[in-house]
Amino acid sequence: MSANSPGPGLVDGYRERANPAFDEMLDAAGTVRPAWQPLASALDLLGAAGLESTRLNASRLLDGDGVVYRTLGTSEPQPWQLDPLPLLLDDGEWSALEPGLAQRARLLNALVSDLYGPRTLLRQGTVPPAVVLAHQGFLRSCDQIRVAGPAQLVTVAADLARDQNGQWLVLHDRAASPSGSGFAMENRRVISRVLTGVFREARITALAPFFQAMRLGLQEVAPASAEAPRVVLLTSGPMSETAYDQAFLSQLLGYPLVSGSDLTVLDGKVWLRGLDGLEQIHVILRRVDSDFCDPLELRPESQLGVPGLLEACRLGSVSVVNTLGAGVLENPGLLPFLPAVARALFDEDLLLPSARSLWCGEPAALREVRDRFDDLVLKPIARGASRSSFFGWELSAQQRADLLARIEAEPHLWVGQEAVTTSTAPTYQTGAVLPRSMVLRTFAVAQGGTYHVMPGGLVRVAGQAESLLVSSQAGAVAKDAWVLSTRSAPIAEPWRLEGTPSEVRQSVVSPRMAEDLFWLGRYTERAEATTRLLRAVRDRTRDVTQTGDPTEAGCVDALLEVLTSVTATWPGFTDPVRRDAPHRELLSLVVDTTRTGSLAHSVENLTAATRAVRDYLSPDTWVVLGNLDTVLRELRQAEGDRELLVGQTLTRSLGSLLALGGLSAESMVRDLGWHFMEAGRRLERAQQVVALLKAALLEQRAQDVDALVIESVLVAAESILTFRRRYAPQAEATTILELLLVDRENPRSVAHALDRLTGNVRHAPGSEALQAEVESIGAYLRSGYARAVSSPVVGGRRPALAEFLGTVERRLRSLADEVAATYFEDLLAPVPYEQAMT
Amino acid sequence: MSARAYQVVHVTDYTYDADVSASYGRAHLLPRAEPGQRVLASSLVVDPAPAEVHEHTDYYGNISTYFRLSEPHRALSVTSTSQVEVDREVHAWSAMDHARVPAAGAPPADTGLLGIELALPSPMIPTVDGIAAYAETVLVPGRPLGEALCRLVDAIARDFEYKSGSTTVSTPLETVLQDRHGVCQDFAHLMIGCLRSAGLSAGYVSGYLQTMPPPGRPRLVGADASHAWVSVLVPGVGWVDLDPTNHQPADHRYIVVARGRDYSDVPPLKGVIYTKSTKSTLQVSVDVQPVTPVLF
Repeated sequence: MSANSPGPGLVDGYRERANPAFDEMLDAAGTVRPAWQPLASALDLLGAAGLESTRLNASRLLDGDGVVYRTLGTSEPQPWQLDPLPLLLDDGEWSALEPGLAQRARLLNALVSDLYGPRTLLRQGTVPPAVVLAHQGFLRSCDQIRVAGPAQLVTVAADLARDQNGQWLVLHDRAASPSGSGFAMENRRVISRVLTGVFREARITALAPFFQAMRLGLQEVAPASAEAPRVVLLTSGPMSETAYDQAFLSQLLGYPLVSGSDLTVLDGKVWLRGLDGLEQIHVILRRVDSDFCDPLELRPESQLGVPGLLEACRLGSVSVVNTLGAGVLENPGLLPFLPAVARALFDEDLLLPSARSLWCGEPAALREVRDRFDDLVLKPIARGASRSSFFGWELSAQQRADLLARIEAEPHLWVGQEAVTTSTAPTYQTGAVLPRSMVLRTFAVAQGGTYHVMPGGLVRVAGQAESLLVSSQAGAVAKDAWVLSTRSAPIAEPWRLEGTPSEVRQSVVSPRMAEDLFWLGRYTERAEATTRLLRAVRDRTRDVTQTGDPTEAGCVDALLEVLTSVTATWPGFTDPVRRDAPHRELLSLVVDTTRTGSLAHSVENLTAATRAVRDYLSPDTWVVLGNLDTVLRELRQAEGDRELLVGQTLTRSLGSLLALGGLSAESMVRDLGWHFMEAGRRLERAQQVVALLKAALLEQRAQDVDALVIESVLVAAESILTFRRRYAPQAEATTILELLLVDRENPRSVAHALDRLTGNVRHAPGSEALQAEVESIGAYLRSGYARAVSSPVVGGRRPALAEFLGTVERRLRSLADEVAATYFEDLLAPVPYEQAMT
Repeated sequence: MSARAYQVVHVTDYTYDADVSASYGRAHLLPRAEPGQRVLASSLVVDPAPAEVHEHTDYYGNISTYFRLSEPHRALSVTSTSQVEVDREVHAWSAMDHARVPAAGAPPADTGLLGIELALPSPMIPTVDGIAAYAETVLVPGRPLGEALCRLVDAIARDFEYKSGSTTVSTPLETVLQDRHGVCQDFAHLMIGCLRSAGLSAGYVSGYLQTMPPPGRPRLVGADASHAWVSVLVPGVGWVDLDPTNHQPADHRYIVVARGRDYSDVPPLKGVIYTKSTKSTLQVSVDVQPVTPVLF
């Protein structure tokens, strides 16, 4: 520990709890390993309080980037948990490990080439055929499909642990569509910002070159016929566990993120379906499991794939990586045979050992598994819903007998794996630094005829002390991993790579993206309008409580009903009981996500739409959405009297929503996607204003009440200042109608929204009819306005105005439908053919 | 027995109650060439005309056809027409008696990659407890294989009722075993499951059966429809095709289209459509006519 540390430091505390097996920071004598010395000193300098604030800073940055991980079976994404302390690996250690990782990637690549090609390894018995043939990842329909060039696997990951002797062992290979490299880069970005001091002093090998290699490697696997290869990342969707990882990787590489429905197979080729035409795709980096990639030939129920994709692969017009069917490699039953495969294919020894594994399909292995059941982890060769691993030592006698019977009935489907006493790494937890079991996921990428290993990787540590199970699913915490270099100077990590072709990236907007962006615009505007209206109404209710003035009270009653009507949250304040004690209902309209029309509901939809087009938007969007989410959550979870908090919440929400508008105006390229987002925003604004006027102005109330109502409507429509500047102090229905309906200079008016909408719609291909309709609505607005506002009040109502606004409202609604019908199409899901029985 | 030649016409008709905007199909409808069977001519006609058609030989050596329709349509018709000459050797049961039903847990014989593969469970023929119990009574370890196979075919014919329309493509084997009825696919799956449970290698055959009821004899099941039967690996003899539905060996009246682990590897026609249609009709007709082969 550092000499100048005040009192017993964190490192001493750690030493007392340290793992007797192998610890990453301390050697067997309890001495800090040389690579860790700077960090250990920093730990003692920082102290628990310093570490706590480092952790907080990290978690703020992660929130700001919107980094989440979804656990299967939960609808709420979990914030990504990142420990402030990185894992340190010195140059010597890494140089020893790296060739083994590269060799392993090369080996798996050769293995998968053989399995979907000549199958010599099976014919000669180097790998027992049943290990492969019984594995559900061996997809017969992918037979003989080859990615252009030698690399069938562009990215290969492995989960490594260290045993008690410090030897690295591979626990499993991840070769189908490995996740986590994006998380690793995100971890690095965050840690480099919160541990600036240590980061600047240490010579940390940069991660960026790895992604640079990945970008080139993906270009390299394009079919020879492709002159300027187009690469996309096929996502498993915004609801998938690793949606953030996928979107971040796509941004990092500069290749667009697409869904299966964005692609189509025509003439044996894969195309990205843009609103203004098709663009051929040559390389697909898939994050969809193979069997979901083509409903024609694989799982017919899949909504994530592209029918005909396999045929396009067979025809060689597209390269899908990792090659379809690569999931056959994610099979612990292969582990015992890898040394023999390395000898057979390369005449090399396997450099990096796997955790000792026994494939039960061999009688001798099955016998050993039976005898040593309590020492082993029992794993099915293929992962699946009903196929989990078991720790032999945790089972009761009955469970043990049952499992053994299952294994003996189908021994070839099981593996017994020696439990590895994993090493521990120092992990910050509530005021202390504690030893936690860790697993390191490493990544390799094929480029230029060789595999490049990411220096470092994604470390995960167990959430609890005793836990052996380290997975993000089981609540693990992530860590950055630093490979310390003795050679190079520290390198700053650019988070976007040099020469990212972002201008090319978004040249194509698919119907799905257009729809998501359109709704993003609509929900942003709806959230803003709802916030403003809620705020205006709340201000009045507060005034009433203070003054008890009957005019004010009449105004509040009217406004509460307006609120219910505009947000379509009936019965709401049409119920007099709720009107008399409005606070609960107001609160619900702010925070209740389950209520359509509430602010929280709009924000939720806005966030969902943002997730779906994540790679399209400025990363700063997440900072803003994160704030918005925090504000609403704080109100939802606040104790005691939340009435006071409501106003503050609305003001803060409005700030965030305005920031979103600012990002759209200042940070986005004016391409087709932006125009769809803006169109959604303008259309929604026009509709919101009309709905507000219709709810507030059709009925004539006592003059002094009406004056107050109109004033609040002007506040809600953000036009009070303009109004006061321009018109007489006394607000009248006709003047407010002029300002909010037909004044083209007022950015809050319907006429202005329609003008802007015309500009946006003009950019969409084939929009002549829509442009004409927008203009026609504008013309109707101008021509009908005078008569509608000057017509007499009949029985306390304005029937001509009602009809006029009703018509505008209807026409706006059908305009929105028309936009959807023209561009969004019903995203029809592929339906399987009915099949005949004989 | 001298060679016989057939013309097979297999028509699959779909109608939909709304436009189908795109349709992607994959057919296993063109018969494979193999020992005992020569394909003189075969063609696949899709109506309306597809935008593209590709053909390849699949993992099991079958002819697999891909087609795509891109014009809106409310009816789809897929017709395969083939002329096939069959000259299949039929082995007497006694000719298989030199081999024996393997003992439980015996090391697997050297059966090659395909043999190993077809001894394993497959997507539609998983390991089902009841199957092994049912098979045990007939496939007694050590029993001469010809005798055992003959008895198995008879037992299935005796214990299970052929009932057209009683099952669907997704009816699990357990249900068939429990309800004791099914159609030829079910019978084939059942028999394959029995053979695999006894450590034997067995595959699924999709094809046609020519039926010409002799005077006074009932018409055989499986006519005018596609048919399915079983291929079992008999050591020293090779792959032997048996029809559990009609409890007989597959002879010169059987025309093989495709072979696989089970139905899921070789459905005659599968695909996906894009449509708002909620109702569709499906009609299949098969016609197997003996013809005089045109000699070249």
